[in-house]
Amino acid sequence: MKTQMSKQKVFISGDEAVALGVRLARPHVISAYPITPQTIVVERLSEMVEDGSLKARYIHVESEHSAMSAAMGASAVGARAFTATSSQGLLYMAEGMHYASGGRMPIVMMNANRSLALPWSIFGDHRDSLSMLDSGWIQVYVEDAQEALDMTIQAFRIAEDAAVLTPFMINLDGFILTHTYEIVDIPDQSKVDSFLPVFKTPNKMSLEKPKSMGFSTSPADNMEFKYQQHKAMLDAKDIIHSVDKEFGKTFGRSYGGMIDSYNCEDADYVLVTAGSVTGTARIAVDNLRSRGIKAGLVKLRYLRPFPDEEVRAAAGDVKAIGVLDKDISFGYEGTIFTNVNSALAHLSIRPVSINFIAGLGGRDISIKDIEGIYHDLEEAVTVGKDKSFAKVRYVNMGVEIDG
Amino acid sequence: MVDIKKITAKNMTDKEFFFGHKACAGCGGSLAVRLAMKVFGEKTFAALPAGCMSAVGFIFPQMAFLNNAIISTFPGTGSMLSGMRAGLDALGFHDTHVVGFAGDGGTADIGLQALSGAIDRGDRIIYICYDNEAYMNTGVQKSGLTPYGTKTTTSPAGKNLSGAVTHKKNLFEIIAAHDIAYAATASVGYPQDYLNKLSKAARVNGTSYIHIYATCPTGWGTPTETSVSLAKEAVDCGLWYLAEYENSTFKINRKLTKPELLKEHLLKQGRFKHLTDEDIKVIESERDRKWERMLEKWG
Repeated sequence: MKTQMSKQKVFISGDEAVALGVRLARPHVISAYPITPQTIVVERLSEMVEDGSLKARYIHVESEHSAMSAAMGASAVGARAFTATSSQGLLYMAEGMHYASGGRMPIVMMNANRSLALPWSIFGDHRDSLSMLDSGWIQVYVEDAQEALDMTIQAFRIAEDAAVLTPFMINLDGFILTHTYEIVDIPDQSKVDSFLPVFKTPNKMSLEKPKSMGFSTSPADNMEFKYQQHKAMLDAKDIIHSVDKEFGKTFGRSYGGMIDSYNCEDADYVLVTAGSVTGTARIAVDNLRSRGIKAGLVKLRYLRPFPDEEVRAAAGDVKAIGVLDKDISFGYEGTIFTNVNSALAHLSIRPVSINFIAGLGGRDISIKDIEGIYHDLEEAVTVGKDKSFAKVRYVNMGVEIDG
Repeated sequence: MVDIKKITAKNMTDKEFFFGHKACAGCGGSLAVRLAMKVFGEKTFAALPAGCMSAVGFIFPQMAFLNNAIISTFPGTGSMLSGMRAGLDALGFHDTHVVGFAGDGGTADIGLQALSGAIDRGDRIIYICYDNEAYMNTGVQKSGLTPYGTKTTTSPAGKNLSGAVTHKKNLFEIIAAHDIAYAATASVGYPQDYLNKLSKAARVNGTSYIHIYATCPTGWGTPTETSVSLAKEAVDCGLWYLAEYENSTFKINRKLTKPELLKEHLLKQGRFKHLTDEDIKVIESERDRKWERMLEKWG
């Protein structure tokens, strides 16, 4: 929804959009380690620090583990901290990610979604971030460069909310978003400053009130800490909605909060997506609608916290739901599919649901592929009602395992 | 910078910054932390990785540090210190110390990469390695700083092996090779020397590193009341040494005074009781080789 245009429009990549969003958010500390296809983010940020347009401390760390560790050190003394990574780098941070969320440190991180080795592939899929789904980070998946910039600003606001205090990961599809150029509207700094005030948190070390942080607990206390962490993530849903609404009022763009549904009101068949493939799916939906097929689309914006109520409300009463996963949880199915099915399990009458694994290691997903997915959904309902059908399907591969 | 005068046992503050913790009796590591904090004072932000001092000092809800302190990840002490320094500087808190206290494993093994990164950046932090020569907190396993012949729970002494088969990693010189602003070795057996080095480190405008030899009665199999005298003896017989690196130059602070004490010093410790005369010869020749080299290059 782009109703109001501001004065400044630029033609930039998704990576550059994130870097500009970070500058607008005025972080105190940036810890950075390069990894394709994230590199441009940390390159641009270093240039902004060099030219003085960003007054932040830029730490050249020797690894992603240290990128997260340094961000935690900064956050622990009450500084606003940002870092960015991708793929193998994200996994190398894994220890620190659980640490930051358990320590309630509202660090913001951009992740360029990229496949995981082996086999090596620098191209995109969602296996990196989905493997960190349980690390206690808020995870948002953006569709384009504008959303990437806007979510960078929203991310700090949501993460730093006193009810949330949870780290925040912004996911951009590698290359598809990080390296393609779009026209992006740059918000005014003064408006961002009033939307995103200076970071203040009680959860920090200070000279007035010295504190021990990162402590250990006995079995008598540990569960309470983990429950509070979980509750904060659940409570973040309300904050996500209110921050998105306020962002819309201030900047003229909002994104629907937890999900963004398209043509779902009267839909028979709904496809659930995350990230940039949503743009392709919108065109497929338009094509199908023009042919009289009642196609709808749900873009999962957040995967943690998970929009279970929103998914049920948007697509609970359709005939069939397809879930597009750029991921496999080996030995089972796509992770997003598992999560969507879990949300649907609360319904007394459930739609047919099918998992479509696609785009692994950067394989293209075309409009035609997505139209084929809707065709499969239609067939499962009309033709396959009385016989079993493959629950997990592999797009563009010609192989199916009966589920 | 925090104003620090020459601190001695006589004029040292009575204020305690690290107390009520659960360290073993005779713990050299906790003595190293306690003395350091008396020098650095309340405007200190400390980070400690997994290890004895974090295990005994941060048991919710009993926190042993009076000043600000945090447990870092095991490999991430150096980088967490850098993040703290950057954050404090960005917020205008320049008049503070950022200090790491890490064990030998947390420094020489799993934490070496992050420490190297911090030294490379020249961040104004102080890193103190309390070296008790094994992973004591997890139950006395061999680390990169465990000396030759040490019996640990992962380097047993038996029919085929006499404990650890490798010599102690030369960490002080590895740190110095970064051309660090200030590095020093110390021993809990020579507290005044340690206090002087702490004071120096506190004034350095860059990264400083102090490697302090810290007795562990539990892991070494030694009486708790001999912790200080053993750490002194280790220096006297040359198994440890007191030295400094500053302005790109090494300096030996104390000569080898009682080399003949070596055998007796080793055999009074449970971890070395199994050593044969041949093993002791290996240790002795390694010591002599090291001292020859030090005297030749740094003397």
